[in-house]
Amino acid sequence: MQPVVELVDLHTEIALRHGVARPVGGVSLSVGKGETLGIVGESGCGKTMTALSIMRLLPPGGHITGGSILFGDTDLATLDEAGMRAIRGNRVGMIFQDPMTSLNPCMTIGDQVAETVLLHREATRTQARKRAEEVLDLVGLPDVKRRLDSYPHQLSGGMRQRVVIAMALACEPELLIADEPTTALDVTIQKQILRLIDDLRAQLGMAVILVTHDLGVIAGHSDRVAVMYAGKVVETSSTQELFDNPRHPYTEALFRALPENVDPDRELYSIPGLPPDLSNPPSGCRFAARCGYATDGCRAEEPSLTGDGHPFACFHPLGPAEQATANPRTEPAPAENGSALLDVRSLVRDFRVSSNGVLRRASGTVSAVADVSFTVRAGETFGLVGESGCGKSTVGRLLVAEDTPTSGSVSFDGTEISTKSNRALRELRRDFQLMFQDPYASLDPRMRVRSILREPLAIQRRGSAPEQERAVAALLDEVGLPRAALEKYPHEFSGGQRQRIGLARALALRPRLIVADEPVSALDVSVQAQILNLMRALQREHDLTYVFISHDLSVIRYIATTIGVMYLGKLVEVGPAEQVYSAPAHPYTKGLIDAIPLADPLREHRKESAGVRGELPSALTPPSGCRFRTRCPLATDICAEQVPPMRRFSEQGQRAACHHPLKAPVPERMAG
Amino acid sequence: MSAIPADDAAVPESRRARGSLWRMLSEFLENRLAAVGLGVVVLFVLFCYLGPLIYHTDQTHIELSEATLAPSLAHPLGTNEVGYDQLGRLMVGGQSSLEVGIAAALLATAFGTLWGAIAGYAGGFVDAAMMRVVDALLAVPALFLLLFLSSIARPNVGLLILVIALISWLGPARLVRGQALTLRTRDYVRSVRLMGGGPIRAVLRHIAPNAIGTVVVNATFQVADAILTVAALSFLGLGIPPPAANWGDMLSNGINYTYDGYWWLIYPPGLAIVLVVVAFNLIGDALRDSFDVRLRGR
Repeated sequence: MQPVVELVDLHTEIALRHGVARPVGGVSLSVGKGETLGIVGESGCGKTMTALSIMRLLPPGGHITGGSILFGDTDLATLDEAGMRAIRGNRVGMIFQDPMTSLNPCMTIGDQVAETVLLHREATRTQARKRAEEVLDLVGLPDVKRRLDSYPHQLSGGMRQRVVIAMALACEPELLIADEPTTALDVTIQKQILRLIDDLRAQLGMAVILVTHDLGVIAGHSDRVAVMYAGKVVETSSTQELFDNPRHPYTEALFRALPENVDPDRELYSIPGLPPDLSNPPSGCRFAARCGYATDGCRAEEPSLTGDGHPFACFHPLGPAEQATANPRTEPAPAENGSALLDVRSLVRDFRVSSNGVLRRASGTVSAVADVSFTVRAGETFGLVGESGCGKSTVGRLLVAEDTPTSGSVSFDGTEISTKSNRALRELRRDFQLMFQDPYASLDPRMRVRSILREPLAIQRRGSAPEQERAVAALLDEVGLPRAALEKYPHEFSGGQRQRIGLARALALRPRLIVADEPVSALDVSVQAQILNLMRALQREHDLTYVFISHDLSVIRYIATTIGVMYLGKLVEVGPAEQVYSAPAHPYTKGLIDAIPLADPLREHRKESAGVRGELPSALTPPSGCRFRTRCPLATDICAEQVPPMRRFSEQGQRAACHHPLKAPVPERMAG
Repeated sequence: MSAIPADDAAVPESRRARGSLWRMLSEFLENRLAAVGLGVVVLFVLFCYLGPLIYHTDQTHIELSEATLAPSLAHPLGTNEVGYDQLGRLMVGGQSSLEVGIAAALLATAFGTLWGAIAGYAGGFVDAAMMRVVDALLAVPALFLLLFLSSIARPNVGLLILVIALISWLGPARLVRGQALTLRTRDYVRSVRLMGGGPIRAVLRHIAPNAIGTVVVNATFQVADAILTVAALSFLGLGIPPPAANWGDMLSNGINYTYDGYWWLIYPPGLAIVLVVVAFNLIGDALRDSFDVRLRGR
């Protein structure tokens, strides 16, 4: 079969202020008609740069220095700019990661899709608009006629990404490049979008290059996979073959770092270190420094990509027998029947939305948290999960008394904290700390690590200056950072290291509770595994209690002992982690579990459920009765009329709020 | 999870501190234009303060017999309309121009930064009230205010600094307030509150330092502006009264003689003002870069 696009030994360089980075160092790939090629790897491995090289849209200072990109009969590597313009958006379409920034906020979506058509086809405005309507209908945008004149901000994230796909498809490209098309979206929406790309590929006979860091996405949606590391393809084969029989240690390490494959009692496998700096790559095998199988030969000579059907670049490939070595067992999870440390009762938080006028009349109320109750016992990890906009972060802020609830109460170890003044809370705050999501925004860029870690001690007046110095040094040891880090600024660290600093700061006051708001969602799987392991180790050491907020149910299942599932401000299900994950009672929990892409092609293709359909309704006007009813496959009239009460589904405390639960409730005990 | 061995924990505190300052300075000097700017300012400071110790002139007694002499060996830049030596006057005048300029800019920037940072961090009613004060002051024409103030008080260097600072802190206040509005939602500012820290710490330790990049550039413009404001005031006859001198005074006096061809009364002070103003702007640009720790060492 004649490939649609074939990369032959492609080299790309980017000139920096000091030196030259080589993000693509000899990549050879090909994609055939109607085929999806997945490119997977950690961030900084050259995946995106490979994709951008094909489009010749490299960042300033970047250019192709060798090799060729054969697209039909033309070589895109040497084509002139005018020729390139005729190809971009016409014969090759591209979908970028963030639908927020890839649409022009000042243009209606109809005009934006029509623009591509006007550029490449001899079409009148009316024809272009008609085509825009067709394509937007194709990508499943509901109510297209009305939406043509909408602006991007009037659409939800999932809708926007559909519009971006429509723009890429407007001219029926032969090749579609999707660069992390669903990374910014919720799992339920991710599933819808990936399915859409699959359907469109089959319908239009396109070749698709799917760039992603998520092995689950690759498993379910690509025919062949190329694993990239440090600017090179280290292994490539059909998807099934790669997942059954990974040969390169890097591929295997990526699999082992996934929390979904690991028994929650065992430690996650993490790849030590970081990908090499691409402006000064090591000689020999680039993975040698992080590889458990590396020998002196690996450091001296670089392995080439060899083998038929399933080529890989390694001197010491793994045979089938060598895989699946169990991860080391961690010590038994801490006692789960501790006393209640955190007690949340009927928590409500409404935000008033005011129209922007002189008088600022309140025009509505966003119900961010609506009647949420749960208990967190000392020593456990309470995982709070839900789509973005479900109110989980607001709950997190209420738990650490950063925000005051509209009604309801939060009591920490018997003390009511939600109504206390800031002054009264000052002393109490040392017992509960918040760990932030974005490791780039949570550390003051102008402060050295020393000052960052000393700040909480200084605020709470803990110890003398030399004592504080010693405490800071001890903190660094605990989170596994060298002492040299003290004198550095946050920007000198990688994302994972910054998150370690964030964790050290949260630990500085020796709190009993840490509320971690999406602490690993900005990190690569291998680094995510390091942070999760570290958090567990510290929990055992210091008897910490965690409230772990995340959108990723597989992370939550791994780390949490109790799971709470939130939907649109309501806690819909809560219970012991294994029970909630393996036998959910609420249809939403089940939909959320089904939407997680599994890193196993067989299981992923066998899943029948479509996850959760539709999108999260507005919290400004939440649906009556059960808030999930608009997206629920089981909904009936009663769901619209009555708010479902929390009912028990197991003796171990699994509870859910649903009129049509997936399993039978157990009778309520008296005075439970 | 084992800790990576601490390799250089024994570096003495003083050496580390100097290391950082040195890095900042070398980053600053790496920028050629900034080095030129700094050089020009240093030269002018030496010229104005050390110059009079070497080149003695009489800047108090009028000598009408020597008025408006063209440059010669005795008077390298000639003399002005009342017989003062122009070169000597340039030195003395520079002193007050530089003093007023730098001091007024520092005062205005410091006060404006604090005002803006507090308003932006506090938000809500406090922000609205504080910023309406700024708006109200902006609505009063600066020149009118200056005329009014200098008519009720006899100007001297100290008063001039205060007055100029009073009209020029509004710019930095608005700039910093805008920055503070975005900074206060940053996680690291949020975290101060969660550690039990108060608003003073948040403003002084986190908001003001992070807003400094924009402010520093503005501050160098303020120096330039202040020198020009003194000149404008003097032009209206409301500057520091003679026999004290400043570059603005000298320029405005010189302009009266434009048609007489006395170029030495116009070009030297004019050039001095332009050079100092440009030099400060160059420094401001480079300072912004070297203040930004993220750009350092790249």
